[in-house]
Amino acid sequence: MCTTCGCGSDEVRIEKTPVPDDQAHAHYHHLHHDESGAHGRIVSLEQDVLAKNQLFAERNRGWLEGRGVLAVNMMSSPGAGKTTILERTIREWGGSIPISVLEGDQATSADADRIRAAGASAVQINTGTGCHLDAHMVAHGIERLKPPRDSVLMIENVGNLVCPALFDLGERARVVVASVTEGDDKPLKYPHMFRVADLLLINKIDLLPYVQFDMERCKALAREVNPRLEILPLSGQTGDGMQDWYRWLASGRFAPAPGH
Amino acid sequence: MHELSLACSIVDACAERAGEARVLRVTVEVGQLAAVLPDALRFCFDVCAQGTVLEGAELEILEIPGRAVCDECGRSIFLSSPYGVCECGGLLRIVSGTELRTKEMEIA
Repeated sequence: MCTTCGCGSDEVRIEKTPVPDDQAHAHYHHLHHDESGAHGRIVSLEQDVLAKNQLFAERNRGWLEGRGVLAVNMMSSPGAGKTTILERTIREWGGSIPISVLEGDQATSADADRIRAAGASAVQINTGTGCHLDAHMVAHGIERLKPPRDSVLMIENVGNLVCPALFDLGERARVVVASVTEGDDKPLKYPHMFRVADLLLINKIDLLPYVQFDMERCKALAREVNPRLEILPLSGQTGDGMQDWYRWLASGRFAPAPGH
Repeated sequence: MHELSLACSIVDACAERAGEARVLRVTVEVGQLAAVLPDALRFCFDVCAQGTVLEGAELEILEIPGRAVCDECGRSIFLSSPYGVCECGGLLRIVSGTELRTKEMEIA
């Protein structure tokens, strides 16, 4: 249990790594307000519902950017191929820059195990019944993972095309993965997710001969929802198109941070 | 079901301010483009409020319509989805409807 904010009593579990407890909270202090004792019948609040998440997100972002860590929030429906893309990315591109991974899933450490087998350090965050990662969970995950300076941090969100769209984690870039087996109208069905993304990876293009999927229609619908969205078709399985993804990541490192 | 997280955030923020006082009503603004279902939020609010000073409190939801302005021709348009293109072909900029804000509460 976190002795600073008292969190940890709920069902979120962050995988233990061999980190001494006295170092576990080296970089983060939790957000507490001393306000109390509201008087009168009507109390004005005027507070963003996501304000607390946003504070943690900005704190994460500052810490990550200060250390030159490019944080990428990877989102998709379950089974779109996020982990497979990450495995190949670690094997093929991880030699040029250290990559570490925060793995979000409701249960099991299966994905973190796959990432470690591919050669990167990983920490699994199990959200229990939770359907998305939030910035507070990621703050704790980063404490455990300790991404090195000048590296890439991949945050693999819980497989879900709805809820993760609302929660800023402190990332620099948001990537949504959609696979050709899911249909070409995904962007219109889940517009909130596609609207907040910087990049769309259309995965499993090796299966195009076997499924009904109109690539141009999918791209057009995605751009209707989000005109600034970049789109890269690829296959995590065969490696087709992966070089474009690596080039995008490499260029993203030097792009100005949002708001700068 | 992110409404559960949002409802708990609302309850936590209100309970923090209310201290020992019992909360009778909470008013929130929810934009129609905010990807939040008011009914789900109400249901989750009641669940999160149990055992707190908000137990039994009413959740009043003010729905804010989605509105966008065309950057090309300046036209103002109501939106039911968080995207769209103006009749003139210009890009639309959303100006309201993404709100998610706890406005006030009434305490006993």
